[in-house]
Amino acid sequence: MIKLENVSVSFGERTVLNTISLDLTERRIAIIGANGSGKSTFARLLNGLALPTTGEVLVHGLNTRKKGRDVRRKVGFVFQNPDNQIVMPVVDEDLAFGMKNLGFSKEDIATKTDEILTRYKMSDLREHPAHLLSGGQKQLLAISGVLVMTPDILVMDEPTTLLDLRNKRRIARAVAALDQMVITVTHDLDLITDYDRVIAIDEGRIFADGAPQDVIPTYEKLMS
Amino acid sequence: MLDLYSPGSSILHRLPPAPKMLAMMFGATLLFINQSLPVTIVATLVILVLYPIAQLTLKQAFAQVRPLLIIFVLFFVVQWYFSGLELAAYVVLRLAALILLASLVTLTTRSSDMIDTMTRGLRYLKPIGVNPEKVSLAISLALRFIPVLAQITREVREAQKVRGLERSVIAVAMPMAIRAIKMADDISDAIDSRGYRS
Repeated sequence: MIKLENVSVSFGERTVLNTISLDLTERRIAIIGANGSGKSTFARLLNGLALPTTGEVLVHGLNTRKKGRDVRRKVGFVFQNPDNQIVMPVVDEDLAFGMKNLGFSKEDIATKTDEILTRYKMSDLREHPAHLLSGGQKQLLAISGVLVMTPDILVMDEPTTLLDLRNKRRIARAVAALDQMVITVTHDLDLITDYDRVIAIDEGRIFADGAPQDVIPTYEKLMS
Repeated sequence: MLDLYSPGSSILHRLPPAPKMLAMMFGATLLFINQSLPVTIVATLVILVLYPIAQLTLKQAFAQVRPLLIIFVLFFVVQWYFSGLELAAYVVLRLAALILLASLVTLTTRSSDMIDTMTRGLRYLKPIGVNPEKVSLAISLALRFIPVLAQITREVREAQKVRGLERSVIAVAMPMAIRAIKMADDISDAIDSRGYRS
């Protein structure tokens, strides 16, 4: 569970998020909002990549300000552009990167690499240079690189923005099959129709929070 | 060197990285010490013969030097003008041989194996303040992001071409620099998110 207590984030004079208090417990949560509404900052708060200017963010009771490293072990983060997340030149080396950092044994790294490549039908790409993958394959690799670290929660910042329809559906299926709690920041409303909860942010404040069938029409009305 | 690893099972693929890297350093040193054009020609031919042995095609060998063809031509013309034809041929051929040799190592050695070997080798420099893990990560990132930066350069060039600015260095360099800095921020966050302990 993630708890936000009176969280505000400011960059200089500009307030990006304004006094937000929330408990995030549902299995599938979506964050929606216009460009510049503060939703990406919100996502980055959840694994301690960004820290609140005031207030606290607690992940399973751990304060992101004091226990950032422990929090990041529990909360995996998938970035919008996989090219900026894949840090090793070859597919299996990139999958191993996070596991090596967490001190997994060589045997564990090999087993988990095999499992994830099989799960996403990428076994033939094991030794493939990462820069030669397609957009969908890169995003799947980025998600896989986080999943092999066995996080409890996965936060994804616009994971389908750069993808075509086929790859969007591929990613949506992959996410739907995950056991973890998933928090997705997105503009893609089709992706989140079966989510448990949708939170809409506008100008740094939550203006709608509830089931997709209630929040999405409200959001669409605001955007029209 | 941009092609990186080419999977295979040749004798060169199976050799551990350390002897290959040492052989490369030794070979490169010899190429520099040697002052003879015939020896350089023979050395280049020997390196080219190693490509098929490593299950690599001569087309792949040519692909390694192709990005530097303009520089080769430039060197050749300048050297020919100042020092004569033989020295010009020697300088360019030596450079090509060095690139072919280094590429042979990167094409037959997984970058992770190469980096692990370098990390082990760099441990001896710890007393003088060298952090082997940081150096290894820097090398990995360089190998990973050279092709990405090349792609960004192509995209920026195309965008500026539409505006008739493809020959303006500033019009290409500025957006490149801005994107690279933004990308560096994201990469830093991504590394942090994936448990890297600096």
